[in-house]
Amino acid sequence: MSLLSLSRIGHAFFGRTVLEGITLEIGAGEVVALVGPSGSGKSTIAHIAAGLIEPREGRIARSYRRHAMVFQEPRLMPWATVEQNIGFPLRLSRHPRSTRRAAAGAAAEAAGLLPADLGKYPVELSGGMRQRTAIARALVTAPDFVYFDEPFTALDVALKRRMQDLVIASAARASFAALFITHDLMEAIRVSHRILVLDRLGRGIAGERRLAGDPGARDEAAIFAQRQAFLTGDPLFAHIHELDERLRP
Amino acid sequence: MIAACLDRLSRLGRFLWSGWAGLAGLCLLAALWQAGHEAYGSFILPAPVETLNAAWRLLHDGAARDLLELTTLRALMGFALSAVIGVALGVAAGYSPATLRLSRPILTVILGVPPIAWIVLAMIWFGASALTVALTILIATTPVVFMGAVEGVTTRDRGLDAMAQVFGAGPLRRFTHVAARQIAGHVLPALVLALGSSFKVAIMAELLANAGGVGGALARARSMLDITDALAWVALAVLALFLVEYGLIRPVQAELERWRDAARPWGVKR
Ligand SMILES: Nc1ncnc2c1ncn2[C@@H]1O[C@H](COP(=O)(O)OP(=O)(O)O)[C@@H](O)[C@H]1O
Ligand SMILES: [Mg+2]
Repeated sequence: MSLLSLSRIGHAFFGRTVLEGITLEIGAGEVVALVGPSGSGKSTIAHIAAGLIEPREGRIARSYRRHAMVFQEPRLMPWATVEQNIGFPLRLSRHPRSTRRAAAGAAAEAAGLLPADLGKYPVELSGGMRQRTAIARALVTAPDFVYFDEPFTALDVALKRRMQDLVIASAARASFAALFITHDLMEAIRVSHRILVLDRLGRGIAGERRLAGDPGARDEAAIFAQRQAFLTGDPLFAHIHELDERLRP
Repeated sequence: MIAACLDRLSRLGRFLWSGWAGLAGLCLLAALWQAGHEAYGSFILPAPVETLNAAWRLLHDGAARDLLELTTLRALMGFALSAVIGVALGVAAGYSPATLRLSRPILTVILGVPPIAWIVLAMIWFGASALTVALTILIATTPVVFMGAVEGVTTRDRGLDAMAQVFGAGPLRRFTHVAARQIAGHVLPALVLALGSSFKVAIMAELLANAGGVGGALARARSMLDITDALAWVALAVLALFLVEYGLIRPVQAELERWRDAARPWGVKR
């Protein structure tokens, strides 16, 4: 049974069509990567699926209990401490203050934050710690579906790897399903069970490739070989780095 | 809980300590004043000490305190009205671009009319009463608060709105949990400005409308050419404004801006 299913979604911003005929399904516990060049409409798909944008056409069926999202920027409230930021979804779902503290602390620890960081404000954190806080905030309510919208694009390579490992580990532990958006093929291969390639102009899903094994079990050499195989031998990925978003009609 | 109290105490301590710098500035002003006094004589510019003595004397004979209270009360009433109305209208306009576009030219007109013209009009309409004073304050200060609120709404981080929506916040809770805080950050400086204008306009209106209070006392000092008294009244009015501002608005602002302190590197906290 699928937790999220989009069928023939289309959307236009101010009369300019950006998406057309997007159909996809994501099952329980499945991490699906959505790749495509910048400006192809990936964020728009995530926002439509999560209910932030009303699509112009198409049907959405969500059968998960609770979703969460990690955005490209951490989107932390600057006036609230790390603990308050992580506890924010709990506050919205009216959990009492006492259980909020404990849950926020546990989520922070799972995301690799130190207890000493809980009282800090976002301005006092490094980029990586802010994104860890955003991940902890997303996972604090134990969602069964998580949207990741290019969450690690702004981080350097080493940090990116650590964050990807964090996502892989949490997905395995909490067994949530996820739509993981990225324009980095390497990242897609590392974290997902299945890769969807968005048409470079947003005209439907161009195709999909299922990856062997579980995300945590792949070694670096295999990931790199897979990436080379995709880029050199697979026509589906031929256009992935091609689009110049400034020239989009 | 205790840690939070200690944190507040330490911030209060830092604030009081920074008061020395303010005091030094005041002393510099007093020195210049004294120089002016020595150059032009007591009749044109009484010495600062003379003025302070006069203010002290005024405070200790009962009537002055009543007058100060009256003016402060009027200023606060006008200020409270303008704060409530300005914030409410500003937030509404901020969320509705059409209203905002309509209200901008109206605001320009209102701001373009000097407060003194409003005083004259209000005197014609309502006579020399507390209502005249309150109305003038309202018209003179609401636009500032309004613009602050509009600014707060329009420059808010929409990314945070989307974030709150993803986590299940409807429009109302997006406003109370996410936007209100950002709006307050813009409204409070505007309120500080508005409070200052409230006192100025209150005294001006009292003076012109002959409605008693500090303005009335100033008018009397002028007619008797008693410049020491006039300056003493000015000093008292400034003191009242200072007390209200630092007793009422600054603590709230400090509480809201706590996270900004955290951003400052160690050693340059002040
Ligand atoms: N709020 C918006 N208003 C107008 N155009 C938008 C808006 N959001 C995105 N777009 C346009 O839609 C297209 C797809 O954007 P987006 O979904 O952000 O792409 P991606 O996430 O793949 O980089 C882009 O051409 C972008 O300019
Ligand atoms: Mg995007």
